[in-house]
Amino acid sequence: MADLRGLGVSPGMAAGPVRRMGERVPEPPHDVTAGNSDAEIAEATDALGAVAADLESRGERAGGDAEDVLSAQAMMARDPGLAEAVDKAIHKGHSAARAVFEAFGSYRDVLAGAGEYMAGRVADLDDVRDRVVARLLGVPMPGVPESAEPFVLVAHDLAPADTAFLDPAKVRGFVTEEGGPTSHSAILARSLGLPAVVACPGATTIVDGTVVIVDGASGEVRVDPSADELGAVRQAAAARHATQAVTGPGATADGHKVPLLANIGGPSDIAAAVAAGAEGVGLFRTEILFLDRADEPTAEEQEAAYRQVLAAFPDGKVVVRVLDAGADKPLPFLPAPSAEANPALGVRGIRMLRHSPGLLDRQLAALVTAAGAGGARLEVMAPMVADVAEARWFAGRCRAAGLTEGVGVMVEVPAAALRAVHIAAEVEFVSIGTNDLAQYAFAADRMLGALAHLQDPWQAALLDLVALTAAATAGAGRRTGVCGEAAADPALACVLVGMGVNTLSMGAASIALVRAALSRHTTDQCAAAATAARAAVTAGDARSAAREHLTGLADVGL
Amino acid sequence: MPERQVTVGPGVGLHARPAALFVKAASKAPGDVRIGTLGGEPVNAKSILAVLGLDVRGGADIVLSTDGDGADETLDTLAAMIEAGESGGG
Repeated sequence: MADLRGLGVSPGMAAGPVRRMGERVPEPPHDVTAGNSDAEIAEATDALGAVAADLESRGERAGGDAEDVLSAQAMMARDPGLAEAVDKAIHKGHSAARAVFEAFGSYRDVLAGAGEYMAGRVADLDDVRDRVVARLLGVPMPGVPESAEPFVLVAHDLAPADTAFLDPAKVRGFVTEEGGPTSHSAILARSLGLPAVVACPGATTIVDGTVVIVDGASGEVRVDPSADELGAVRQAAAARHATQAVTGPGATADGHKVPLLANIGGPSDIAAAVAAGAEGVGLFRTEILFLDRADEPTAEEQEAAYRQVLAAFPDGKVVVRVLDAGADKPLPFLPAPSAEANPALGVRGIRMLRHSPGLLDRQLAALVTAAGAGGARLEVMAPMVADVAEARWFAGRCRAAGLTEGVGVMVEVPAAALRAVHIAAEVEFVSIGTNDLAQYAFAADRMLGALAHLQDPWQAALLDLVALTAAATAGAGRRTGVCGEAAADPALACVLVGMGVNTLSMGAASIALVRAALSRHTTDQCAAAATAARAAVTAGDARSAAREHLTGLADVGL
Repeated sequence: MPERQVTVGPGVGLHARPAALFVKAASKAPGDVRIGTLGGEPVNAKSILAVLGLDVRGGADIVLSTDGDGADETLDTLAAMIEAGESGGG
């Protein structure tokens, strides 16, 4: 079989035998059983209940967005209408498995006909059906395969339900047929520090047991590699593994300091960030305090959460992003937003805060009070800033709250990147959110696997916007940080430093490799890599051009 | 069977999480609860699959009905959730 190529989304090389995700559960035979219908109904009811309980417990263990999805799936398994349809099909003479298949089928047709919003629910429904049918037929459940030896996991795409219990000691890397740089598979691979290639056509045709090498930087999947190649990968994996033991502040080989910060969603992420040696927090998303509740969090509640995070980094800084909500995550305690066909382009982030300035003022007041208790240096920033007026308005609110310094804005909107020179002058720093900046610059929904090539952080136009922002901000005498997934790519992190980015913020798991990559290159090498990457026309060429200057990446197995 | 007409609040409508929250709330009612589009066949509001199948979008008009004890209170609670749009029950 020929080598395959996809999009490398989590760097490093891994080798091992392929194990494919539990394949499609077979359609139960269309038999008409003469069996006891009461017994069949009891069997079907038990299977539905067991699957619902399993999904609920997976959800509780996974938490977050995954819990929402899994709990909705459990509701599907417990659906009273579905149970009636199963009973009816069994009374018609179908076996329990076939009856379940038929009952799900009738709902599937309705949902599939209901348009694009429902496409995700159809996938969720099929997953529940497969789990119930697999249980009734006694075949393996769809999901991560069981294997005694470590393997390369190959899948169509990975859903949170598949990966919630993935054993990182058993999986050496991922290859998925679908997905993109911001898909669940990619984010999970980076958070586990596993090499991964997504959007790789033909991946699921690789036969189980075939040995492959996954190159999570170039996107190449080598099939049946030679013994020499496998030896090289083993060495690289060992070198990569060794970087995890190194700690200390981020700096280039010539001693230029680049603080390495963590992206966190709340106090529960502190431990991992501290363990990874984060020098502070570069993006503290505060949504978790505000979402899924009927009332605005009280000042005391907010202060307690902020104090906890600030206290964890006494010598560093914590950059707090004020509430970033929009029509896709409305808050019950605010006036209901108007219906929006495109919430990503709607009244969100600072646009929403300008409609509810009291909410922002109360959040800022709580932050100032929390910072008064000591701990890290507090900085705050506003999401979704598009022009100077918004930056000025936000800075004004911050000054009024008593923040004389440490005020910034995020650059996620291309308009803000293009006019960073004026926007940066209003504040002390800017922080580039590369995921949203790519989404808005390329008009490509970051959750759509089909547009993965447009979300590649090495795309020339995105590199241009980042470089422009960094240069303009430095020109205005201000600081630039990057807090998107781009900062988590060790090679790209060097390129960003070469463009003049001052701080990098990423998921805690990525810090060790980025620290290692920076420590092996001088600022001159980083600058040369940045120049080479920007001269390239395609994302793939930019990657290879930068790597030619980043000769130390090989030492750390990248 | 007491019923009430309600306009769905802003947002994508009764999809995904809002639908799950609505069905969870409806399931707490002692009697039958039904939801339908104007002029459409009402469905069991305790069935997530039936509610998703209605494909109710933000701004649409729907009819809720229920019987049994506390029918008015049930309608009040559910109507408020639906009118609040996606924020309902959050």
